[in-house]
Amino acid sequence: MYRQAKTGILLIDINSDKCDLCGCCVGICPEDAIELKESEISIIDERCTNCSKCIWSCPIEAIKFNKEGVQA
Amino acid sequence: MKDEYDIVVVGAGPAGSMAARYAAEQGISVLMLEKDREVGYPVRCGEAISKAGIEEFIPINEKWISATINKFALISPDGSEAVVEYGDAFVLERKLFDYELAKTAAAKGAVILTKAYVNGLLFDGDKVAGVKYEFRGEQKEVKAKVVIAADGVESRVGRWAGLRTHTDFRDMECCMQVTVSNINIDPGTLYFYFGGNVAPNGYLWVFPKSGGCANIGLGVSGMIGKKKSALSYLNDFLDKKFPDAPILTCIAGGVPSIPTLKQISAPGIMIAGDAARQVNPLSGGGIASGMIGGSIAGRVAAESVKLNKPEHVFSYDVEWNNRLGKRHETFNRIKNGIYNFSDDKFNNIAASFLKIPENKRTLKSLFTVALFNNPSLLIDIAKVFI
Repeated sequence: MYRQAKTGILLIDINSDKCDLCGCCVGICPEDAIELKESEISIIDERCTNCSKCIWSCPIEAIKFNKEGVQA
Repeated sequence: MKDEYDIVVVGAGPAGSMAARYAAEQGISVLMLEKDREVGYPVRCGEAISKAGIEEFIPINEKWISATINKFALISPDGSEAVVEYGDAFVLERKLFDYELAKTAAAKGAVILTKAYVNGLLFDGDKVAGVKYEFRGEQKEVKAKVVIAADGVESRVGRWAGLRTHTDFRDMECCMQVTVSNINIDPGTLYFYFGGNVAPNGYLWVFPKSGGCANIGLGVSGMIGKKKSALSYLNDFLDKKFPDAPILTCIAGGVPSIPTLKQISAPGIMIAGDAARQVNPLSGGGIASGMIGGSIAGRVAAESVKLNKPEHVFSYDVEWNNRLGKRHETFNRIKNGIYNFSDDKFNNIAASFLKIPENKRTLKSLFTVALFNNPSLLIDIAKVFI
């Protein structure tokens, strides 16, 4: 997969303390790589390509790019 | 709880509830699944709607009306206010409103289950044949002849059926809203603020609610959000205009601000409401259009079951386009015209409008003034009024 070849690791970091569970990022994610339950959000590691569109579309600044890598 | 229903609706917002109601009233079995523990909560909405938008589906009831509107105020970047008389609109108490809508579905026989998170689809060949869902920690399945996905802006159900339903980040209005109390605004006026510093390519709203409260919110596209978030724009506005207003709620949300998906039905599945982008792209309003979309989906799905003609679900696309889909495409073109206005253009429009005698200031005359500043919009705006 593109991301794995490019960087190997997940770099998208959702801060669950800031997240309002609104679903903007889920709606824009081109890879269907975000899972949103009633009170829980998570990135599906094997689908995410680190494209960063979720970062730009988060109204509440809860998603950041973490170049150190993230444990999904 | 049966393990098979004629129709399963995913999501119990206005679109889902109307889909469930219009299907159930034809005497077939309907199950509506909601991921949250409570129908109607949390509210992610500015809550304004026209009277006609409500009355098609439910008689007006004071219980869920928070404010009755008789004026619109459009505020240009230099602060001038263009006020137009506009009756027949309301600000809702969505939490109660959604609850009542769900009850109308239940009254027709629909079964409702909350805290039921749909996480997959069942297939019979290429046809969708039910859903998988998580309920109180247990993985379950329920079969259906038709699945109606009214699962909101965060919709994933359509994707699992092979429809490309995700919204481009540039077309998503990413919104922040606070409900504040103790502010001094007219309780019958919807306020819209325009301008590059307030809400670029969109608008900021101040909608009154009962008891001196108001919803204050804005949306910016993901393109703008790349540089500055909706939260940051909203904080700037509040600091400037209402620095001491007590904040009762603060909520994020997304509005897909583009015309309806090209395809909203596939074998065994239909998509309705925000999930199908049945949103007025000019205003961002989606309650009324979601209810209309849901009601058509529910009725067509039930007809398909009763006729035993699975292909009948495809007529939903045509019915929706004739009812509102085509109109939304026109609204979208107007939006693209207006949202590219510079601050100077907004100021000029407001100045020209304020020269019109007060008793002749209407929404229509405001548009007429806007046209002098941008004649190419004429054809699209004409279509709205014809």
